[in-house]
Amino acid sequence: MELSSGLLTLPGRTFLHFLVYLGQLTALMHELLIAVRSGVWRLRLVAQQIVSIGYGSQAVVIVTGAFTGAVFTFQSYAKFKDFGFETTVGAVVSVALCRELGPVLAGLMVAGRVGAAMAADIGTMKVTEQVDALRVMGVHPVDFLVLPRFLAMMISMPFLVAESISFGLFASYLVTSFGYDMPSTWYLTHMLDHTNMEDLSIGMIKGFVFGMLITLISCHQGLSAENGAVGVGLGTTRAVVISSLVLLIVNFFLSILLNYVFPIGTV
Amino acid sequence: MAEPTPSTTPASGNGSTNVFIELRDVYKRFGSQEVLRGINLTLQHGETLCLIGPSGEGKTVMMKHIIGLIKPERGEVYVDGVHVNRLKEREMAPIRKKVSMLFQGAALFDNLTVEQNVAFPLLEHGVRDRAEIDRRVRAALKDVDLDEHRNKYPTALSGGMRKRTGIARAIIDHSECILYDEPNSGLDPIGSDVIDQMILRMQRRYNITSIIVTHDMRSVFKIANRVAMLYRGEIRFLGTPTELRECTDQIVQDFINGRSDITG
Repeated sequence: MELSSGLLTLPGRTFLHFLVYLGQLTALMHELLIAVRSGVWRLRLVAQQIVSIGYGSQAVVIVTGAFTGAVFTFQSYAKFKDFGFETTVGAVVSVALCRELGPVLAGLMVAGRVGAAMAADIGTMKVTEQVDALRVMGVHPVDFLVLPRFLAMMISMPFLVAESISFGLFASYLVTSFGYDMPSTWYLTHMLDHTNMEDLSIGMIKGFVFGMLITLISCHQGLSAENGAVGVGLGTTRAVVISSLVLLIVNFFLSILLNYVFPIGTV
Repeated sequence: MAEPTPSTTPASGNGSTNVFIELRDVYKRFGSQEVLRGINLTLQHGETLCLIGPSGEGKTVMMKHIIGLIKPERGEVYVDGVHVNRLKEREMAPIRKKVSMLFQGAALFDNLTVEQNVAFPLLEHGVRDRAEIDRRVRAALKDVDLDEHRNKYPTALSGGMRKRTGIARAIIDHSECILYDEPNSGLDPIGSDVIDQMILRMQRRYNITSIIVTHDMRSVFKIANRVAMLYRGEIRFLGTPTELRECTDQIVQDFINGRSDITG
């Protein structure tokens, strides 16, 4: 009886938890806006975070972008050749990297690397009462812990996405030029003819939005951590899982929206 | 509905103007557990109150109400005449300049040295003069005998040194009141005595109002002006250390003499 009633109420409880979670994220966003408006941005901390987030994430983002570009080219070239379209590989890979693969894969890698670190850092501070110590000293935790990370992520993510796209295209170029002996002029001409600023803008905008989402979700998990090391571990896992899922879902809707603003294939 | 304006009602309910902290009928529960059940307490400027009682009876929770880290379900908390639980987090800054807290684990920032930890409140409160910061940090570290360890990171410090760093951080911005959460826990008798002497020194030198959560009865009799015992969410005893010794309440006697009957 209890089991059946528990199952019946499960969707309702899940939905309520979801609403509560959304409410908490909204409240954090609200505090963040207050912090932005206060004008106390702690630029030294922002710079430190840019080094940690932006500079520190370059290797993962570059490797991910490069190998995705390479393997995408490798697979699509073989298929396109069947139809005699192999010269269009550069254009297809370029648009796909700019609009989808670059920002999404960079976002997922940053969610794994930076999101986890944010949740773990802030979570550890929370369970060791360092966050309370900040409050006691009259420093709002959002001002000190979240805002610098948020600003650093907003600045770093578009650059990381750009790097991911650039190295993906470079790897794609190497695969077609040296792996398939395609004349580099064909590759470059098609790629440059069919890739425009709108495609690049979509990648940058997505990177910017993903950066904000990853920071918001990860910092929220850190600030909500309870129950010592177990709670920090749980928060860190949740930060990566939720950030990654939200990123993929938001990407879908963002793609639809941005395709209205910057329609594909108008060149 | 409009947010109530922070009250500046005089804290004193007993006609005295020297009251610094007042809790009126404070209730707090976490889930189904009622932690505080109608706490009433006043503390005068410069007074040292030791808060004793069995573990898990809400001593730290009560202290965190004073500094606004926890809001009560019911009741009022006043600090220097300001109704604290009506203030929003961002409105708490002036109160938190007057009242600071030493956490049980000291809550030092791991990525900062002792010196940087102690200077942190000054920098956050807008002091920019490097010479002034350096002078005050040196003075605070000298007060707690940590001048030689200023460049160490918290991980390189012993438990007692961490607590002394926490005290230095608490006093550096000239707080009027310090809340100590188990300052002696985990320390050897000598380390514990060092902390006690330090609390006494702060009290005498700066006339700091203090609330000390402790289980160390030797400390209680050494440093307290008054003692409050919290038991099952209520104040079971409130009086001077002498009155505590002479108290006939069996539960109080069991606690101060370390008899286990109290848990039954």
